[in-house]
Amino acid sequence: MRRTKLSKAIGSACALGLGWLGAPVAMAAWELNMPKGVTDVSRDVYDLHMLIFWICVAIGVAVFGVMIYSIINHRKSKGVEPAKFSHSAQAEFIWTIIPVVILIGTTIPAAGTLVRMEDTRDPEITIKITGYQWRWHYEYLDEGIGFFSSLSAASNAARQLRSGTDPFQVPNYLLDVDNPLVVPVDTKVRGLITAADVLHAWWVPELAVKKDAVPGFINEIWFSINEEGIYRGQCAELCGRGHGFMPVVVVAKSKADYAAWLREQRNKSASAQHSQDGPDVDTVEQQQLVVQREQQPAQTASAKAAKGREQ
Amino acid sequence: MSVGTATYDEHHDEHASGLKRWLFTTNHKDIGTLYLLFALIMFLIGGLMAFVIRAELFIPGLQLVDPAFFNQMTTLHALVMIFGGVMPAFVGLANWMIPLMLGAPDMALPRLNNWSFWILPFAFVLLLSTLFMPGGAPASGWTMYPPLVLQTGDAFPFLIFSVHLMGMSSIMGAINVIVTILNMRAPGLSLLRMPMFVWTWLITAYLLIAVMPVLAGGVTMLLTDEYFGTSFFTAAGGGDPVLFQHIFWFFGHPEVYIIILPAFGIVSQIIPTFARKPLFGYDSMVYATASIAFLSFIVWAHHMFTVGMPLAGELFFMFTTMLIAVPTGVKVFNWVATMWKGSMTFETPMLFALAFLFLFTIGGFSGLMLAIVPADFQYHDSYFVVAHFHYVLVPGAVFGIQAGVYYWLPKWTGHMYNETLGKLHFWLSAIFVNVTFFPQHFLGLAGMPRRIPDYATQFADFNMVSSVGAFVYGFSQLIFAYVVYSCVKGGQKATDMVWDGSQGLEWQLPSPAPHHTWDTPPDFTAK
Repeated sequence: MRRTKLSKAIGSACALGLGWLGAPVAMAAWELNMPKGVTDVSRDVYDLHMLIFWICVAIGVAVFGVMIYSIINHRKSKGVEPAKFSHSAQAEFIWTIIPVVILIGTTIPAAGTLVRMEDTRDPEITIKITGYQWRWHYEYLDEGIGFFSSLSAASNAARQLRSGTDPFQVPNYLLDVDNPLVVPVDTKVRGLITAADVLHAWWVPELAVKKDAVPGFINEIWFSINEEGIYRGQCAELCGRGHGFMPVVVVAKSKADYAAWLREQRNKSASAQHSQDGPDVDTVEQQQLVVQREQQPAQTASAKAAKGREQ
Repeated sequence: MSVGTATYDEHHDEHASGLKRWLFTTNHKDIGTLYLLFALIMFLIGGLMAFVIRAELFIPGLQLVDPAFFNQMTTLHALVMIFGGVMPAFVGLANWMIPLMLGAPDMALPRLNNWSFWILPFAFVLLLSTLFMPGGAPASGWTMYPPLVLQTGDAFPFLIFSVHLMGMSSIMGAINVIVTILNMRAPGLSLLRMPMFVWTWLITAYLLIAVMPVLAGGVTMLLTDEYFGTSFFTAAGGGDPVLFQHIFWFFGHPEVYIIILPAFGIVSQIIPTFARKPLFGYDSMVYATASIAFLSFIVWAHHMFTVGMPLAGELFFMFTTMLIAVPTGVKVFNWVATMWKGSMTFETPMLFALAFLFLFTIGGFSGLMLAIVPADFQYHDSYFVVAHFHYVLVPGAVFGIQAGVYYWLPKWTGHMYNETLGKLHFWLSAIFVNVTFFPQHFLGLAGMPRRIPDYATQFADFNMVSSVGAFVYGFSQLIFAYVVYSCVKGGQKATDMVWDGSQGLEWQLPSPAPHHTWDTPPDFTAK
């Protein structure tokens, strides 16, 4: 109730600002709610979110309604004589019991969804996700490929202090990377999340996945995406100066396209192996692969040292 | 009780004047004033930091500050507001009002009282001096999570020691409050006849004593990890970074109630006064406060649902967190029942108390939403959380403090404050606090993480709205500072009762309350 009223008020108050901000982007920008997302779990989460939201709205309407009625009617200026009552065991009992019932009613479906979210068994693909200051590293454990995923060059240039570039002119400003995580649709993908330096958190709202990356420990997540598309998120745990600049981009492809992508990556990896002998490591991607190989021994050691938080 | 006036004046001891009076004072009223003044200064400093934050977030792109400095601002803003603003303000109100409300001549431990205040300026000079150190101020967030906090530059030990000093000050203040309440009540004033403000402070003080040492332990472990080769929080040495989070939030969640329970107490004083009707369900209010305090010890991990804890842990903390809604609900319903069929007037303290009731409840609703673990995975560390805790802290704790100041200011100064300016301050605050923080719910739900200096363009509009709200809210606090200042300087004479419907011992004293009060305690044994 308050939400829509307020958003309308704010909306009209700021209509003036729209022209200045650049109309097309701005219109999509008055987003009020959580995305429904593209996995079964994310839709359950959305439904839970709306359930608890409407419960709050209902309680709010009742409580604020009584308050507003009282404020309007029970005022001295209307010549009201104050009542004398100061307690009522019956009323107090009722308004203790009702919340208890409501709470139990909401925690039961929440617990069900939670149990499913935590069930990481039987994945079809497992990807190790490592947070660095300030980029992500993805390693497809069964495929032997891995790469860093960093903020795209265009965003990175525009985000410098007083860069002079208008962020509105940069496509997907701060939400674009050089090498996105690529996964097939309709596949249970498990992520093993850890960090190399400080805490990070891997968050993609449309997958309803957010999990901390803790150095020395491995956290597990899973998702199974229903629709092809590009899904964007960000690091959600303060990790220093570049915290705002390490986005997460997940590209969901059809299974056939994913297989093609895998082949391409393996070829690249092989040619990078080749060129490692020569001095001509030219693309950014190849450089990163080299960096990754150099770090490999250290990483394996730290992975061994890592204990799973949830066995 | 005008009987007292003459005797009080004869009783004047030779107090020093000027700086020495304030430095050496052991008078609860002087110390209360010092605390309140200190809190006001800290609010303004913390507010300036919020200005930097909101100015940088006004439009996307980095225009004003480096991201590292931005992180320093978010960190210091929180530490200054919580430990320098809200907590000292409540201690100031406790110092002023608890002896007056209990019929006690002073706090039980006056020298300790002096010390616990005078530690604070040193603690904050230490903390704020880090802004000028190589590597800058701490930038790890007020939660000080390792390993990031260990990357702090020269400021690191200063951060730890200033937190220790703040903790010492709080613990001493809390001991003083407990001893005063348990030992210095007027004869016959049993615990269950004390004003709600005293009750909430008694419970708050126990919380402080229980958890401040835990924080001190946690930050000391950080210190030894950094300088003495321990590995409490380093996986490579067999430690666990998440252990710190458990320690921190075992302190941090009771801390949340430390900064809201006294506000509950203030509101419980104000609503009956202006509704001209006794507080509804006094006993259940006391028990609800105690239950909230108890539950606050077993919910801490709801601040860290995403760290990867066992399913059983997530379920446990979800259930206990939701349980807190029950006693909190009882409090809200009782306040509404106090208003019901009252004869209300709407002076500034009442306006702030009512806004508290509305807006704190909204903060409670978002808290309820955050308790649902699967949904929390989406809300966690997003602007939704920022909106949530600012709703309970600003229109919650800060409105509570300001309501209390307007309510008791005539008793302290002997003058009525300027009601027109007070109302102006109220309306600007109440409107623009919502303009600031309500859109942050939308930003969080749309996917904006907290603690970022720059954001994707789809978050631009609501951020601009929020910044505009913050600027107006911030500037309107200058009205508050002016109203308080001018009320101290002069104004219409206040009566002893001050308010039409005032009840309680503090209103039986003259306005302004003399330097020494209740040398002879009032007697409740007959009543």
